[in-house]
Amino acid sequence: MVTFNLLFNAVVTGVLLGGFYAAVTVGITIAFGMLDIVNIAHPVFIIMGSFVAYIVNRKLGLDPLLSVILGAPLFFLVGVAIFQFYHAAFEKSGKGSLRGLAFFFGILFVIEVTLLLAFGVDYRLVQTSYIGPNIGFEHIDLPLRMVIPFVGSMALVTGLHLFFSRTFIGRAIMAVAQDEFALSLMAVDTVTVRQLAFGVAIATAAIAGGFLIVIQPVDPSLGREYIGRVFAICVLGGLGSIPGTVIAALILGIVETITSTLFGASWAPAVSFAALLLTLAIRPSGIMGR
Amino acid sequence: MTRIPSWIWPIVAAALVFIASRVVTNEYYVFAGYVVLQYVVLASAWNILGGYSGYVNFGSAAFFAIGAYGTVVLDKLWQPPLVLSIFLAGVVASLVGLVTAYLTLRLRGVFFAIATLALAIVLQTLVMNWDYVGGPLGYYCMRPSSIIGFPSYVHYLFVVMLVLALVAVLVARAIKLSFIGHGLAAIRDNELAAECCGVPTLRLKVFATMISGALMGMAGAPFPYYITYLDPNSAFSLAYGINSIAMPLIGGMTHWIGPVIGAVLLALIQQVATVTISSELNMMIVGGLLISFITLAPNGIVGLFEQYRQRKHQCAGR
Repeated sequence: MVTFNLLFNAVVTGVLLGGFYAAVTVGITIAFGMLDIVNIAHPVFIIMGSFVAYIVNRKLGLDPLLSVILGAPLFFLVGVAIFQFYHAAFEKSGKGSLRGLAFFFGILFVIEVTLLLAFGVDYRLVQTSYIGPNIGFEHIDLPLRMVIPFVGSMALVTGLHLFFSRTFIGRAIMAVAQDEFALSLMAVDTVTVRQLAFGVAIATAAIAGGFLIVIQPVDPSLGREYIGRVFAICVLGGLGSIPGTVIAALILGIVETITSTLFGASWAPAVSFAALLLTLAIRPSGIMGR
Repeated sequence: MTRIPSWIWPIVAAALVFIASRVVTNEYYVFAGYVVLQYVVLASAWNILGGYSGYVNFGSAAFFAIGAYGTVVLDKLWQPPLVLSIFLAGVVASLVGLVTAYLTLRLRGVFFAIATLALAIVLQTLVMNWDYVGGPLGYYCMRPSSIIGFPSYVHYLFVVMLVLALVAVLVARAIKLSFIGHGLAAIRDNELAAECCGVPTLRLKVFATMISGALMGMAGAPFPYYITYLDPNSAFSLAYGINSIAMPLIGGMTHWIGPVIGAVLLALIQQVATVTISSELNMMIVGGLLISFITLAPNGIVGLFEQYRQRKHQCAGR
């Protein structure tokens, strides 16, 4: 019997999960929504971020959330380098999309297998003070390992939103997303702007990876589960809108946890696909799409 | 002398492969050859949509698994002859292709790619939750007794897959040379212009997806009997997804022979690498080859060959 209490708990957990999904997706929102780079390897970068947090946590004993803040600049540089290569190989010659897609698929594989060879198929986890305990209110129990990533994710997306709406570089990136050609006529080096933006997108993967390993143990192939999910959220949110991404992520998080509560956890992955197909069939421009 | 039509060559090649399979004494070669042929089917099928029209399908594993699990269901029901399973697998897989294509192909190609990727994951979820076919535990599939005229059941499966490969290659060739192939090529080069010239773009794309999906499903149908134990992880292995993209890309996507070259080459490398090194590392090889080919030789081996021929032609002309 599904009680009201159980459902209420599911919704609250869904909100926490959805907040985390927003952090996972925001990199895709930037790369795919704004820059039109279909980075299907993004989830595997997140897993890589988790493993960075794992290594730092185990070797130096640092908090995983602190370690990802150290890892983010490194990931930013990786993103910049990948963009450099991607741009030179595919965008310049004007035949980007298909080959670019296959390129990122190849990257996904190489990273996943590298992680597999380095760490094996075991699940890895980190140890911190906030992974065990719950904070309880009257009827609900909130596991701290969900609350902390939620708060962190909200901070991340808020920060990015401010970055894109307030700072000069952020606004330049938004301008590139809107009309790259017009911007290039104003003597702006659009390639550099996009390169920075892609670096930021990959840097968010480092941070989301840190949250992921706090929430659950991580193995190298975990990224696959997130591919459908992140694109579903990105499309549902309306491609390239950060507020849209947050709303869509919360919706998907809530629907997923309710599905798990009612039908069992093994059904949750089907939710994202249904959401994706429904969005594409009914409103391809998404919630906040123009 | 009249020119020999090019459809002869696949038939001749298939006949030679058949004779070779009867001559070799070590059955392992037949066993390994089956995998190579299976990839010839998958790569040719993928190329009908992906290579000719430029729409990337990441969900080859989904279509393949539809065929494999279709056989499992039929095997539990009344063990029909394999040919019927293959036929039904083709029908079901093409219907799945129809729905996915119709919902997503009206939009930008990227959405189709993402939807196919998600399709594989969702179908895997469904199968995991479906106790009738064994769920996550998998299903043991007993091979029927040997078929008359074949030394063993593996030989029979090999010949079935050989015929499927031949069909796939001939279908891919026929589509390439027909008005459908020209239409798909127009879509790849400029979809808007094609639409304006009266090419029925949506219908062609949906048709290509259905044919491609059907062939992949048919390739999957004999798989449970081949492997004898089927679980969701082997049926939905991402290896099918990456291989059926990497093989046409490496062989050359614009010609029907490209996927065959790529499939034979890559599948042989993988068979050798799996035996001698490790199966993880062989996926690494595929990924590495894929990245290097798309950046360095975007038209694959066929493209390199044509480049070489053109250069020789130019030198001779001078």
